[in-house]
Amino acid sequence: MSLGNQGQESRELKLQPKLDVTLHINGVERRVALRPWTTLLDALREYLDLTGTKKGCDHGQCGACTMLVNGRRIVSCLTLAVMQDGAEITTIEGLATNGKLHPLQQAFISHDGFQCGYCTPGQICSGVALIAEGHAKTADEIRELMSGNICRCGCYPNIIAAIEEVMHGAAPESAP
Amino acid sequence: MSTKSIGKPVSRVDGPAKVTGAAKYAAEFNVPNLAHGFVVNSEIAKGRIKKIDRTAALGVPGVIEVFAHDNRPTMASGSGKYTDETAPPGSPFRPLYDNAIMFAGQPIALVVAEEFEIARFAATLVEIEYEAEEAITDIDTQIGKAYEPPKKRVPGWDPAPRGDVDKAFTQSPIKVEHAYRTPLEHHNPMECFGTTAVCEGDGRLTIYDKTQGAPNCHRYICSVFGLDKDKVRLLSPHVGGAFGIGLRPNYQLNLAVLAAIGLKRPVRVTLTRRQMFTLSYRPETIQTLTLGAEEDGSLSALRHDAIANTSRFEDYQEPTAIWTGALYHCNDASASAKLAQIDLFTPCDMRAPGGASSLYAIESAMDELSYAVDIDPLELRLKNYSEWDQNDDKPFTSKALKDCYYRGAERFGWSKRKPEPRSMREGRELIGYGMATGIWEAFRVPTSARAMLAPDSTLEIGCATADIGTGTYTILTQIGAEMLGLPIDKVTVQIGDSDLPVAPVEGGSWTAASAGSAVVEACNGIRQELLKRAGKIKNAPLEGAELADVTFVDGEIRMRGDPSRAMSLADVLHGLKDPIKSEVNSKPDPKVFKRYSHYTHSAVFAEVRLDEELGMLRVTRVVSAVAAGRILNPKTARSQIMGAVVGGIGMALHEESVVDHRYGRIINHNFAEYHVPVNSDIHDIDVIFVEEREPHLNPLGVKGVGEIGIVGTAAAIANAAHHATGVRVRDLPITIDKLLGLTPSRMQRFLEENAR
Repeated sequence: MSLGNQGQESRELKLQPKLDVTLHINGVERRVALRPWTTLLDALREYLDLTGTKKGCDHGQCGACTMLVNGRRIVSCLTLAVMQDGAEITTIEGLATNGKLHPLQQAFISHDGFQCGYCTPGQICSGVALIAEGHAKTADEIRELMSGNICRCGCYPNIIAAIEEVMHGAAPESAP
Repeated sequence: MSTKSIGKPVSRVDGPAKVTGAAKYAAEFNVPNLAHGFVVNSEIAKGRIKKIDRTAALGVPGVIEVFAHDNRPTMASGSGKYTDETAPPGSPFRPLYDNAIMFAGQPIALVVAEEFEIARFAATLVEIEYEAEEAITDIDTQIGKAYEPPKKRVPGWDPAPRGDVDKAFTQSPIKVEHAYRTPLEHHNPMECFGTTAVCEGDGRLTIYDKTQGAPNCHRYICSVFGLDKDKVRLLSPHVGGAFGIGLRPNYQLNLAVLAAIGLKRPVRVTLTRRQMFTLSYRPETIQTLTLGAEEDGSLSALRHDAIANTSRFEDYQEPTAIWTGALYHCNDASASAKLAQIDLFTPCDMRAPGGASSLYAIESAMDELSYAVDIDPLELRLKNYSEWDQNDDKPFTSKALKDCYYRGAERFGWSKRKPEPRSMREGRELIGYGMATGIWEAFRVPTSARAMLAPDSTLEIGCATADIGTGTYTILTQIGAEMLGLPIDKVTVQIGDSDLPVAPVEGGSWTAASAGSAVVEACNGIRQELLKRAGKIKNAPLEGAELADVTFVDGEIRMRGDPSRAMSLADVLHGLKDPIKSEVNSKPDPKVFKRYSHYTHSAVFAEVRLDEELGMLRVTRVVSAVAAGRILNPKTARSQIMGAVVGGIGMALHEESVVDHRYGRIINHNFAEYHVPVNSDIHDIDVIFVEEREPHLNPLGVKGVGEIGIVGTAAAIANAAHHATGVRVRDLPITIDKLLGLTPSRMQRFLEENAR
């Protein structure tokens, strides 16, 4: 199949066959057959019933689909699932351990860091990675490095408060 | 009254589900055999479809069907069947009804395929042949044709003029007259609209939809497709933001149901972010404010004339004219609201519809008047403070606006403001202080609810209202817990389901007052039943007690004034097999609304800083002091105001849907080009709730906090921007090019053309 070929002769279109992809999602190995054009985001939401990660724009402009891939935060709408074969993936569903919320999940509840909740999985995954990155020290730096995650309900000050609490509670000076 | 749950900063009860990804939104109900629909949108703004060639699309393996007007399942023909409870006067749009095209981006076909990506790809292969007509989308060209809508959407939005405003203006020693503009804005909730329509085996239809009103969409679908109401259930348990765009049924609902019926299998249709810009929007407005004043700043003439756009097929109307005359004391006042038709989709309510755009204009003009009379802007508001609603010649149910002014000013440090523009500076940055007033109606609308108390003392509340991030789940939980003296975790709330007792759309800031009152009344029914049971228990402490004699607290029913006479709910419920049920249709008291005017108020103070070298304007501080009656939950209420202030910052500095009038299309249809505030745009936001006792409107004494936070915010920022720079930008958003006068603004062009 050629995506550029949109004329009448494309009647004989053949789809690219599905490929076996192995993703290690939240510590569980998941094998799934996907066509090459399936994004990592759609692979989870549409093929693996992991709908915790959200789709807000599909263009890498809003951050709702942020998840951790091999320890780094990425927008999962801008990567194809087949490119992540073998990757270690952490989504919002994988942050709590043994039924206990991740400190940042708890802080989002305590500080009311969300309203509609749709950007929240992306905000929290982004915040977890930001804390691990260790670049942000001040509220202004957190604001800057969280600006890839849009919250239309306008919870930004509460999101900052939640991240600051976990950041300063966890490891204030240890980051490089 | 001392409370255990109401008024406490309870964390959202839906919080754990939302922070773990467990909360399911409309497009996340994955069912077996699900087919995926992708919408094809019109490329022209006006005309008709001559031909649809599906050949290439149907040739893609996995494509099931391409639905369009020429092969769709049966739908109602009369446009009246497509109306809904928030529809303005006119003929509602009927998706895939016929070949007529009325706006760019109109949905004209739906490709359904086995996989989402296949549908998306095949949608690009649907060949449409159009017959285009000239489309007019520039409101400026239609000003001469602006008209008073013959049929009003809501009676009472057009207050009668009082006095003789033109004569009073002519005689006023101080005159201020300016036109202000606000652009099209799209709500852009983070969740794009989506619907999963599931045909159950027995002919029933279960629909998961993103909406602010499950009953509204349920009625709509049953009406459009001629379905038996009992065989359709529409659910919307979580809504990823809406801000008004979920008030009316959106077209993906219609298309998902259409395809599910046509194919007899489950179908999901989700919109892309780009397609979100084919939905409704806040209309563009042009508003002229004509203020006359005495030398001391007292208003002697107050005139507000607004023109907003609507579509060719519906007269969408916002409340634009009601605020001016209600806000300030002035004996000679008038306000008008006209419409101008253009070839876009019909606008709809967006957070504080009418209020947000009107108060931008009114409060900007008041700021200009403060310079004309050389009086502090806050003092000018106080001088013209209204203790009586002259619009309707009625008292207010309550009005603590003065406290908003005083407390907001004190918290903000308003007294440090130097009156002269460009007089405050720190390093490279010019600093500006601005303020404005906010006003919004405090409504209450009929709402049903039920309460069920199980034998194990757990309470279940049911009401078909919605939680779009507003905290409805949480406040209804608090009210239920308070009413029966239960801990929060013994109460569950079900909402967003057409099978539940019917509620109106969640909007207008009325849900806390309306659904909240319904829950109070439903719980009162349970209280009565409990007391009846308790009274029957011989020699029991509560024998003979009336409802007025007792309180429900800490899991007990207690005699007032004699806590030793008490019974635990567990004892009263002992031996009971079925839950105690109570369902009510709760209605506002019409006498109250006849006798009083009913508003929430706010005072907004903003600080902006402009880096003159970089040209960057930042809103560094906002204090929003709000009088909204009783606050049910200071944590979620504060977030509501804070979020609305962020929306107001977007309105002031960022947001504008730009139409390319050559093609009639909105061209900045994504988050890279339609700017909304991001985290680094937002700094300190301080929310104050002033004490306000609201004795009349509802048993809870609440007024609602959904809209008031955005009203006035854009004006406060615009006034601060003027104070910082000395430049008055009268068309939103205040972008740097306008501030620096680099490009002629639409406003300037409009004024020049009208002057000719």
